[in-house]
Amino acid sequence: MLAQFRDRELVGRVASEIAEASRGKRLKIMHVCGTHEWTITHFGIRDMLPENVQIVAGPGCPVCVTPGNEIDAIAELSMMKGMAVTTFGDVLRVPGNRTSLSEAKANGGDVRVVYSIADSIRMAKEEKGKEVVHFSIGFETTAPMAAVEIIRGAPENFSIFSAHKLIPPAMDFLLRAGVNLDGFICPGHVSTIIGVRPYRGLAAKYRKPMVIAGFEPLDVVLGIRNIVRQVVAGTHLVGNEYKRAVRDGGNEIALQTLDKAFEVRDAYWRGVGKIPASGMLLRRKYRGFDAALKFGIEVGKEDRMPAGCSCGEVLKGMMAPEECPLFGRSCTPEHPIGPCMVSIEGTCAIVYKFRRKK
Amino acid sequence: MCLAIPAKVIKLDGERAEVEIGGIRKEASLALVADQGVGIGDYVLIHTGYAITKIDEVEAESILKTWRQVMAAEKGESL
Ligand code: SF4
Repeated sequence: MLAQFRDRELVGRVASEIAEASRGKRLKIMHVCGTHEWTITHFGIRDMLPENVQIVAGPGCPVCVTPGNEIDAIAELSMMKGMAVTTFGDVLRVPGNRTSLSEAKANGGDVRVVYSIADSIRMAKEEKGKEVVHFSIGFETTAPMAAVEIIRGAPENFSIFSAHKLIPPAMDFLLRAGVNLDGFICPGHVSTIIGVRPYRGLAAKYRKPMVIAGFEPLDVVLGIRNIVRQVVAGTHLVGNEYKRAVRDGGNEIALQTLDKAFEVRDAYWRGVGKIPASGMLLRRKYRGFDAALKFGIEVGKEDRMPAGCSCGEVLKGMMAPEECPLFGRSCTPEHPIGPCMVSIEGTCAIVYKFRRKK
Repeated sequence: MCLAIPAKVIKLDGERAEVEIGGIRKEASLALVADQGVGIGDYVLIHTGYAITKIDEVEAESILKTWRQVMAAEKGESL
């Protein structure tokens, strides 16, 4: 069974079906998930597909779209007396506008990498004299964990800086902005939480097929085939090729928990712009746990990418990483210039890694 | 960051579970899957220490392979 998912021959056969079905048409399909980019790049799926079917990466890396001024503010907070900042590992080296969390740490800031938000709550309980701020980054997959802990009651010296963002509003934004796309591969694990429904309105509104896919190469090409067939047939349905993990209604407990803890707000996505109703703010009842209020941190605003970095274009699927003049020259995973070269989910970092092996 | 890893439930204590991920034992919370009837021996997808959905065993194995390859690639090993 497992071998079947991986089978190159099977993937190749689906790829030729895609070539057959798409003949004479130029198609551009976007995915919005770092793990999809990983599968596509690692297994060379772009090379297996016909030239007229282009797969581009969208803003599917939560670390990459976190505004630089938020990173600066949290880095500076970690340098203050009595403060400890916790976050996930791939945030550390992401350059803000002025600094990064790893620079702050090197300069004496109290920055700690955690595996789970439960770890930072434990630290807050153990170190009553410290204010523990969790830099809470992630899409719908990650936000429910913060929500559940806050609803259940975290210690008073604990708070989160919510950089949480929602994927469907970003898809809506790109389609409304007229980014030229024929369909979306919807993210598997985000969909585990939100289910199929949120995409239905989008698919109908913009008349674009959307298909949820898993992370095996076969999953991805089946998703692409579904989209291509729909484009040819003129339909725009939401498909679920990841039924093994995604239920129609998503994860209901997680959705209820999210709604209880957070309200929706506009949010700035680095390199993309301000996206209406795409951010998550703790509800009034839980504002005591909102680090932005507690410590007067300014939330994301229009800010710039590091000089010469094209992450904005990369995140909108308008440029391939290799087209950035800095790619692989001054910008490498060892010396990243833009956020897309840092995170394990960043498009530039993924493409760079596999390019090197060729 | 949206990476979710399959794990097998080894022990249960209310909503705290001990799970096995590729031979390593870890604690995980079942708070978000409390309505999915997760029992000992079942597989779940774990994201930052919390189960996000129950999955079947075949699926678990197949994701685990992908995940190992991601980790190997991260270390710069060739696959
Ligand atoms: S290669 Fe570096 S500088 Fe260019 S877009 Fe990617 S992250 Fe930005």
